[in-house]
Amino acid sequence: MQAATQFSPLKFITRLVGGFLCLMATAAPALQIDVLYLKQIIDKPPVLSNILPDAEDSGQQGAQLAINDNNSAGRFLKQRYSLEIYESKSPQELTERARQWIASGQALIVAELPAATLSKLAQQPFISGHSILFNVAAMDDSLRTTQCRSGLLHTAPSRAMLSDALMQFLVFKRWKEWFLIKGGRDEDILFASALKRSGKKFGAKLVAEKTWSFDTDLRRSAAREIPAFTQGEDYDVIVVADESGDFGEYLPYNSYLPRPVTGTQGLKPLAWHRVVEQWGAAQLQSRFEKLAGRWMNSLDYSAWLALRAIGEAVTRTAANDHKTLYAYLLGAEFELAGFKGRKLNFRDWNGQMRQPIPLAHPRALVANAPLEGFLHPHSELDTLGFDRPEVSCTFAPSL
Amino acid sequence: MKTIRISVLLALLLAFNSAAHAARLYVSNEKDNSLSIIDMNSLEVIDTIEVGQRPRGITFSKDYTKLYICASDSDTVQVLDVASNQIIANLPSGEDPEQFALHPNDRHLYVANEDDAVVTVVDTETRTVLAQIDVGVEPEGMAVSPDGRWAINTSETTNMLHWIDTSTYELVDNTLVDQRPRHVEFSDDGKTLWASSEIGGTVAVVDVESRKVIKKLNFKIAGVTADRIQPVGIKLTSDQKTAFVALGPANHVAVVDTASYEIRKYLLVGRRVWHMELTDDDKFLFTSNGVSGDVSVVDVDKLKVIKSIKVGRYPWGLAIKP
Repeated sequence: MQAATQFSPLKFITRLVGGFLCLMATAAPALQIDVLYLKQIIDKPPVLSNILPDAEDSGQQGAQLAINDNNSAGRFLKQRYSLEIYESKSPQELTERARQWIASGQALIVAELPAATLSKLAQQPFISGHSILFNVAAMDDSLRTTQCRSGLLHTAPSRAMLSDALMQFLVFKRWKEWFLIKGGRDEDILFASALKRSGKKFGAKLVAEKTWSFDTDLRRSAAREIPAFTQGEDYDVIVVADESGDFGEYLPYNSYLPRPVTGTQGLKPLAWHRVVEQWGAAQLQSRFEKLAGRWMNSLDYSAWLALRAIGEAVTRTAANDHKTLYAYLLGAEFELAGFKGRKLNFRDWNGQMRQPIPLAHPRALVANAPLEGFLHPHSELDTLGFDRPEVSCTFAPSL
Repeated sequence: MKTIRISVLLALLLAFNSAAHAARLYVSNEKDNSLSIIDMNSLEVIDTIEVGQRPRGITFSKDYTKLYICASDSDTVQVLDVASNQIIANLPSGEDPEQFALHPNDRHLYVANEDDAVVTVVDTETRTVLAQIDVGVEPEGMAVSPDGRWAINTSETTNMLHWIDTSTYELVDNTLVDQRPRHVEFSDDGKTLWASSEIGGTVAVVDVESRKVIKKLNFKIAGVTADRIQPVGIKLTSDQKTAFVALGPANHVAVVDTASYEIRKYLLVGRRVWHMELTDDDKFLFTSNGVSGDVSVVDVDKLKVIKSIKVGRYPWGLAIKP
């Protein structure tokens, strides 16, 4: 119950903003849309490159911005949106809060939860059919292939979408022979297998694979350790799977051969990055910076998408019940402008939001997937991630 | 013999003089902080002038002595003296002005302030702000009806057309349209309003009297995927029979029959075509192509692209001085 009892400046601001909008609302009855944001606080493992930590309010600020955006439209339509943020380390407490939320007649939940917690929550009888869960954080492919569930939508891209985006770029550049370096953590192994699948899909050849298991302090010894570690087979490019940023940051410029580094470090496939500025994105970036005092990251963006998807469904249907909203979100009419140059919508076979994937290095956008030439009979966006025939779970576009 | 020579000289001088006064096309170059000036006879760039940062929308005063320029990153609307090519004033426009429309009274500018979710009304004579009206998120397109009654603003993230009563400066109605409305244009008779939705890929035709969408146009170009078709600029001929719709990264302009709403033709122009301008006699259409950095010239009778003119980086707005 940590967050509920401690003073949180963000929550305080959230309430202030909510209160302000309340004053502005007119006396006429308004449509009220309440959203619960659940965050499981995760103890971050110690990493060697610990210099640039992620902002602790990642995700929540993106959600708040979308609430503000929705309320701007809501002013004209007599619709009012509110956000309640609940954080805990305990999956039981988070599940219990969700149960209370549904019991109080609510239905909309944004989930910043690891896959295991999310999957269990989605299977709860009080959720199933009674809620729309928006996954904004878990990238696990299993949630999109074997464990997908009606009512569970994903605005965060899957690992497969990221790895497909990267492999399209490597093939486009003719850097077809790749050297995989992966960490030993569970998520690194998941991303490594996504990369291998994508490599096969687009015809890039894995020429070597190594697992980083050293425990020397690379901050002091990268120049000695990394050349030796990357010596051997020739390759065009290094692809690294190190999601927590333990050792990968030390690969660029230290490899034995002068080769680019891509993957979770170097050139990265991402949901969002500060360098995305085309298609009006500069405006979203500056709105976010005004609100949060920092740059918008992928988690913020996925949360923003979830809340904006809700806003769009409410605006178009003039309804706030979850069955109407869910049917609209998965219907042919739904489209969302997400500042990525194409309209975004949900795949009706697993609830994943289709979206372009930017490929960026820390200071510039390099490419935007899907890359030209990767074709698909239905939508080029479906060259990223799991396509309909690859998905075996049951997922219904209505509740 | 001498007199003949003098008269030839005079004729030449006159010809030169009239060339100097030939119609000109002004083009704002968003990423060059400049305007390119194109001679309409030779269809060549004859001058480039430095202006404020990130110039986008441009429009002339009624007598064509002044050109108003949205200098977005300078947070001002600049006033260019057309005779001297000098900036003579910076108007208080509100933050990040992107597009604007001049009221038929030739005095009030309605400015969309993209970063601030407001529309600012500026008096160009007293150089003061008359009103600021709250609108949706990311206001972009602006138009004032020919009778001066309505100012219409589009908000890109709220997906609405906002109807502002120009006599009270109050927002009185909103019309929902498809994703990311970019541009609005009234027909000359003021009866219909055309609004493009960039991400929705559609153009809505709105009946001004009822403020309802009466027709939604869709576009389809062989060999171009649907989500590359992103309508932005719209221009209607003065006889109101034809509408041109710039389709952004589809690199085409759609030619629409306004009676049947059928697409008569798609014209291939430069890359990422955004805005357009027609000559007064409707004979020529000019398009700004941001990515290829040029302006395409369309012969309207023949519906053929006859020339492309290289201008600065990211050409955005266009305005013709007859």
